[in-house]
Amino acid sequence: MRSEGRAPFGLKLATLLGLLYLHVPMAFILLYAFTTDDKSYQFPPPGLTLRWFGVAWARQDIWDALWLSVRVGLIATLIAMVLGTLAAAALYRARFFGREVITLLIILPIALPGIVTGIALRAALNLADLPFSFWTIVCGHATFCVVVVYNNALARFRRTSGSLIEASMDLGADGFQTFRHVVLPNLATALLAGGMLAFALSFDEVIVTTFTAGQQTTLPIWMLSELVRPRQRPVTNVVAVFVIAVTLVPILLAYYLTRGTEHVAGGGR
Amino acid sequence: MSEALARRPNPALAAAPGLTRRLSSFLYRHGGLLTLLLLLPPLLWLGVVYLGALFALLIQSFFSFDGFTGQIVHELSLASYQELLTSKANLDIILRTMTMAMAVTIGAALIGFPIAYFMARYASGRVKALCYLAVMLPLWSSYLVRVYAWKLLLAKEGILSWLFAKLHLTWLLERILATPVIGGPSLSVSYLGMFLVFTYIWLPFMILPIQAALERVPRSLIEASADLGARPVATFRNVILPLAFPGVVAGSIFTFSLTLGDYIIPYIIGNSRFFIGQVVYVQQGTAGNIPLAAAFSVVPIVIMAIYLAAAKRLGAFDAL
Amino acid sequence: MITRQAPSATTAGGAAAPAVLLAEVSRQFGEVRALDRVSFAVEDGEFFAMLGPSGSGKTTCLRLIAGFETPDQGTIQIHGRPMAAVPPYDRNVNTVFQDYALFPHMSVLDNVAYGLMVKGVGRAERHRRAGAMLELVALAGLEARRPAALSGGQRQRVALARALVNEPEVLLLDEPLGALDLKLRQQMQTELKALQRKVGITFIYVTHDQEEALGMSDRLAVFNAGRIQQIGTPRVVYEQPATAFVASFVGAANILSAEQAEALTGQRQSCALRPERIRLNGAAPAELQAEGTVLDVQYHGASTRLRVALDAGPELLVDCPSEREPAAPGARVSLGWPRSALQPLSPETPG
Repeated sequence: MRSEGRAPFGLKLATLLGLLYLHVPMAFILLYAFTTDDKSYQFPPPGLTLRWFGVAWARQDIWDALWLSVRVGLIATLIAMVLGTLAAAALYRARFFGREVITLLIILPIALPGIVTGIALRAALNLADLPFSFWTIVCGHATFCVVVVYNNALARFRRTSGSLIEASMDLGADGFQTFRHVVLPNLATALLAGGMLAFALSFDEVIVTTFTAGQQTTLPIWMLSELVRPRQRPVTNVVAVFVIAVTLVPILLAYYLTRGTEHVAGGGR
Repeated sequence: MSEALARRPNPALAAAPGLTRRLSSFLYRHGGLLTLLLLLPPLLWLGVVYLGALFALLIQSFFSFDGFTGQIVHELSLASYQELLTSKANLDIILRTMTMAMAVTIGAALIGFPIAYFMARYASGRVKALCYLAVMLPLWSSYLVRVYAWKLLLAKEGILSWLFAKLHLTWLLERILATPVIGGPSLSVSYLGMFLVFTYIWLPFMILPIQAALERVPRSLIEASADLGARPVATFRNVILPLAFPGVVAGSIFTFSLTLGDYIIPYIIGNSRFFIGQVVYVQQGTAGNIPLAAAFSVVPIVIMAIYLAAAKRLGAFDAL
Repeated sequence: MITRQAPSATTAGGAAAPAVLLAEVSRQFGEVRALDRVSFAVEDGEFFAMLGPSGSGKTTCLRLIAGFETPDQGTIQIHGRPMAAVPPYDRNVNTVFQDYALFPHMSVLDNVAYGLMVKGVGRAERHRRAGAMLELVALAGLEARRPAALSGGQRQRVALARALVNEPEVLLLDEPLGALDLKLRQQMQTELKALQRKVGITFIYVTHDQEEALGMSDRLAVFNAGRIQQIGTPRVVYEQPATAFVASFVGAANILSAEQAEALTGQRQSCALRPERIRLNGAAPAELQAEGTVLDVQYHGASTRLRVALDAGPELLVDCPSEREPAAPGARVSLGWPRSALQPLSPETPG
């Protein structure tokens, strides 16, 4: 379905207002990172300053939280990339009994509310008498990141015509050669995109993390505690701006990596 | 050139096949085995970590909690469910959460549909790409930061209050806040504020499925409707809307489910009245009553199972 | 079955195994029987076409020979070697795919050199041979292009070169000209046929276009509903169709039921009658004759087709040269044809 002439004014206005609703609030976080007022959320800010960036820079607890988030994100993404790719490769054209069930199992961790995944892991840790650790956080994150990589890889597998793989085998390449020379090069950008989205998802995940982290503090957990018991509000704003920036880059990269393929195809062009 | 094509023995056939090629041939002949080998790691992970955890959740929900000793009694009983279903306060929590989820779903559909419609029908080229990015970025990024942004907006001394004052509409804001149920001392501790934040956070999940469904309506269908004498409004109501509806249902799965299980927004924006997510969080954390928390989290699972079954009948899965 | 002199069949004292041999091959997809006890032999160096409507089993047959599918029953041999459990990459058979299946991430040269690369041929050698092959298909100078930057006809040639460079024993072509427009298709038909003569490789060519099959092949097999209806040279298949399906799928035909034939010829035997074999209004003395009324007239350029309702019952299509002014609808005409034009038909799907 595509354009016929110009959009009615009312529709344009509704779209514009809707998109502003989605984006304007973020702009204020940026503004508040510079405010001189650290006791309330007064608007307009009484004055502007750069000092909070320095304060945040000097805070060791922020650096620790950041480092933990990065490590968790990287390892969870790695696990998700391996598992998601394998699942997509197995399922994209196989037809067997129980296939639907397996698909459901992969999608379930994001289809069910995050709190279910969280409390389920918490209940299991309690039942198995396992202590919270770095790895319990990674487990939780990897579980809901699999589906992101899976979806990206599956879309690419479907788009890559099945006859490419047949052509490769027809020309004398065995399964491993076909994977290395044909499947992987065609899949690479989709995997990279999936990995970046998975990292962005993991980097600011808070719901599952609160149930699996124990006393450890990832960056979102640090922010959450600051929101509930504010110490220096503008410092939190500085961190929030940083989190936006860190997640924005991989998402934009993922978009450009898959642009002209999945998204456009999905967009019906 | 033809002598180059004279038949020669194929070197690959002449040489003894290598190990990888033999393995490849074995797997090729046993395609099912290959699928199994590929599936094994993800299945093991999801089976052990995720299904195992869900199973543990179910088990825990049938344990009970000894309030005196603060210990979990590892014996199967229905005590937690009894506590869940017989307490008026708990039933209120479930009802409150579902009402909010429904309101958010309707709100997101109303705000999201025009955007999706514009993207699918009128936007093209750069405008379309820009719209797509504008919807996709919030979908993936900074859930917590985006909730936090509203704390700034809704605060008593914050931006919205300032805006109302500048427009000489403070009386209107006070009138709204004085409304029973949705109002409160300030927007940041009212149901109205919470609704705004929930809708804001989950809106992209509504827009994208609707857009996808609309994109799939062939242009010729709209032209055929016009050709058969339908005015644009009639075409919209009789052709476009019914075909976009599965997209709306698909989007509602996300908005409904995500609202049902969220505890951060009620925690940061809400007043002291609990939502399902908060109970789960508080019971497992400070109270240490994992069985009750588990029983509570079974509620959204059951609600979503019913919702998904209904959505499937409405054909929403084709729009996902 | 009609045999022909295959170039190499005569050399090995008549004992040479056929290039491809299918014996009682069946393939089932769920409820659908895609191939039903199909048997045929393709001689070495032959241009063999498999003709049929979509879903008739011809493509399944090709995929079985390539090794993408395995037969449920029956055996396949290539140059005498049984192919059961031999994966596609160990068969010395190459395929030109309908959608060409060119690797989008590789240059034209790398596409053509791919088969040599995975066999471990050195870089310089495989590039030399791929370059020579591109020259053969008249694509020299496009080595560095990506497939996306080529026209449909050029892609088709790349696909051809990519398969031929491996020097296969058999080349399989799956509707290779289907995506091209008419003019280019006719040009490529000529080129393909010339190329096949030049390289001397066995070609097995799947198509649903009867003109293509008749014009290019040494022999063709006509498929319908998973079975082979007839195998023979183009001339035999056209002049002596074995079944009503073959008669009407390959060219146009009037099919006369046994009763209709009896009324016209006195012989109770269902048969086919080509429209162009019927003469109008005694243009020449004819062995068999019938009177009728013209129903309508279609001008086809070189010929004009009349639909005539015979007084004896059946309707007949008649093709006559366009240089004469044909009869108008409603006109009374007399039709005549030689007895030899009547081709007796056997019942569908001969066992």
